[in-house]
Amino acid sequence: MSRRASRLLWIVVIGVVLSGAVGLSMFALRDGISFAMSPSELKQAQFAPGQRVRLFGLVEEGSVKRGEGIDVSFRLSDEETSYTVHYDNILPDLFREGQGIITEGSLAADGSFVAETVLAKHDENYVPAEMADKLKESGRWKGGVVATQ
Amino acid sequence: MTVELGHVALIIACALALYQSVVPIFAASRGDVRLAATADWTSTGILVFTGLSFASLVYAYALSDFSVINVWQNSHSQMPYLYKLTGTWGNHEGSMLLWVLILALFAAAVAVFGGNLPFRLKAYVLAVQGWLLSTFFLFILLTSNPFLRQPPAPEGRDLNPILQDIGLAIHPPMLYLGYVGFSITFAFAVAALLEGKIEPAWARWVRPWALAAWVFLTAGISMGSYWAYYELGWGGWWFWDPVENASFLPWLTGTALLHSALVMERRDAMKIWTVLLAILTFGLSLLGTFLVRSGVLTSVHSFASDPQRGLFILAILVAFVGGALLLFAWRSPRLQIGGMFAPISREGALVVNNLLLCAAAGTVLLGTLYPVVYEAVTGGKISVGPPFFNLTFSPLMLPLIFLVPFGPLLAWKKGDLNGAAQRLGFALLAALLVIVLVGGFVKPGNWLAPLVMGLAVWLMVGAFAEVWQRSTAGGSGASLILRRASGLPRSMWSTALAHFGVGVTLMGIVCVTAYETETVAVMKPGDVVQVNRYALRFESVEKVDGPNFTGEKAVLTVLDGDRNVATALPSKRFYPARQMPTSEAAIETFVFSQLYIALGEVRPDGSVSLRIWWKPQVVLIWLGSIFMVVGGAFSLSKRRASVRAKSRSAAVAPQGAEHAT
Repeated sequence: MSRRASRLLWIVVIGVVLSGAVGLSMFALRDGISFAMSPSELKQAQFAPGQRVRLFGLVEEGSVKRGEGIDVSFRLSDEETSYTVHYDNILPDLFREGQGIITEGSLAADGSFVAETVLAKHDENYVPAEMADKLKESGRWKGGVVATQ
Repeated sequence: MTVELGHVALIIACALALYQSVVPIFAASRGDVRLAATADWTSTGILVFTGLSFASLVYAYALSDFSVINVWQNSHSQMPYLYKLTGTWGNHEGSMLLWVLILALFAAAVAVFGGNLPFRLKAYVLAVQGWLLSTFFLFILLTSNPFLRQPPAPEGRDLNPILQDIGLAIHPPMLYLGYVGFSITFAFAVAALLEGKIEPAWARWVRPWALAAWVFLTAGISMGSYWAYYELGWGGWWFWDPVENASFLPWLTGTALLHSALVMERRDAMKIWTVLLAILTFGLSLLGTFLVRSGVLTSVHSFASDPQRGLFILAILVAFVGGALLLFAWRSPRLQIGGMFAPISREGALVVNNLLLCAAAGTVLLGTLYPVVYEAVTGGKISVGPPFFNLTFSPLMLPLIFLVPFGPLLAWKKGDLNGAAQRLGFALLAALLVIVLVGGFVKPGNWLAPLVMGLAVWLMVGAFAEVWQRSTAGGSGASLILRRASGLPRSMWSTALAHFGVGVTLMGIVCVTAYETETVAVMKPGDVVQVNRYALRFESVEKVDGPNFTGEKAVLTVLDGDRNVATALPSKRFYPARQMPTSEAAIETFVFSQLYIALGEVRPDGSVSLRIWWKPQVVLIWLGSIFMVVGGAFSLSKRRASVRAKSRSAAVAPQGAEHAT
């Protein structure tokens, strides 16, 4: 194979792999991402049921209700709007009322939120960074609550 | 007092590093060999003083000296002794000090073992390491000083309970040895660019360092994965979390670097690309440090992050990588293009390896940074989850894994694809057998998982094709084959072992991904739940009393038929100093498979909620990485000897020529 033909072949191979990677990424970015939002933003966004969302907020005091089995529900709030979240699994260690958490899931037909995962970070002072920003924006930031180490 | 000594030692180390940043370059430009040799002494001195500084901090932790703010914030007098010591690097300041200690260690290693390096190259390498060292010393002294005092406090605030684990003793040092190890290849790359010339010998000097860094990084990532698996209690071993990706990115490009440096060493080709990879790999290591330390991305693994100081690391990253890339753009046209090769050849295979690894690294980087870019552009918050990574990463990795066994069977310059394919016939047969057996009989229905299992077997068997062929070439007979096998070059064995390890890991990944089961149960004492072939009987809840925690554990009897095979004790702990609960999952191993049991909550009526996974062949994931590490280390043990021998015979002539120029 001549030098030119060999170079051409390499250009084609590299082109195919790179365009394949770019194409795949573009495609995957349409489905693989989920929007992170607070309850009031979720209300405004008017997503169809089933759209994947990361919902973050504070667990309302006194709102945690446990069912017969493992299922649990609680209100997740940003002090403006709140959603009832249903979860059918074991809650993380750091889940507490008044604690900031992130949950990933989607809206159900009845307007409640069905969570697939609930994350409470392994840091006692943790409030999700997204939340801290939001609270600051809306002027409801309580300096002492959120401490980054 | 020792703490103040540690502080002073760090300042002295910083001063030495500043000296080392300038003097070797000056000496090299004047051809002053004796002046340049002073950099050997400063690198050793920096290591000694940084070591003293680090030791003094460890000492403060060992004594639980709560007049040191850093110790007070991250330690507790009742902690087990090991965790007191490892707590030294379980926080931002201590962790950065460990980082810079390892940087100093590698810099000193170049000074000590680099006796065979050309004088100018060595001077430049040590100078570049001086820049890195002084930058990080200044960073620690000005923004992250671990030696600050306060009025003595009676009790410390305790170490984050998640970190009170043997994992903290091993994982961060391993990972840093890997991350920071690539600083050497970076220094060599920049030195080569400064000098404006690069030769195959460059790759011969760089490859052992890159290999050592890669071995540590592989071990560190794998160790971290297992730690997260047993500690976080979600049964996951990889989350595509930003912090994981941050360590995985330099691993991908570092793996590419190992392979491209091989081409450069043997065939004098891919030189420019190899230099670029060396820069990018360390750049990604710095990016990883930045992502972990700054908390700019939401992660489950980052501890004690600090956005302010993270910005400093970003500035360091931009300065070093940006500067190196500018230098690259300016100088690389002067580097000469090396030897030619046919597309079907060892070189060609290694180019494809690099292409796929780097494309994969590119998609992982895109997915990791996309949320940051998206927020900067639109203001919206998004997260990129595992679906993205699975969809982009697998289609790039699976073809690579299919191609791996061909590589070592192809000759340099021009390979024989048919011949290689024939020698892989046995591997193909084994793979087909597994696909048919699993897909048709064991787990009928789904064909994707059996296909990937076949691919894993293909790689595991194919990895040894070359070793097998060479060992049996002289005729059969067990003792003859054994003798020939042990006489093969070590590099051949280490390649086979490392590639085999990749196959083993892939096998573990596909088995656990496709066939794991999860059971969530609420159980009263005496209840039995069936998981796979095992029956789990919940007996009771008992109290646990630890040195700095309290807790409760569930007692479960694991039965295989009638036989009692294990007692599982998943527990929950509460650490009063930090008001923080943790779960300790119970993990029972059966050959390569595991039963993973996490305790949810203990209810007032004595019942418990449990989350139980059956994880088939999950251990293979980490076992595979052990093969990779052993393969890499094996090759390293050989290289040290051969490099020394080679340099001894070649030292006289080239070095004489060096001085003449």
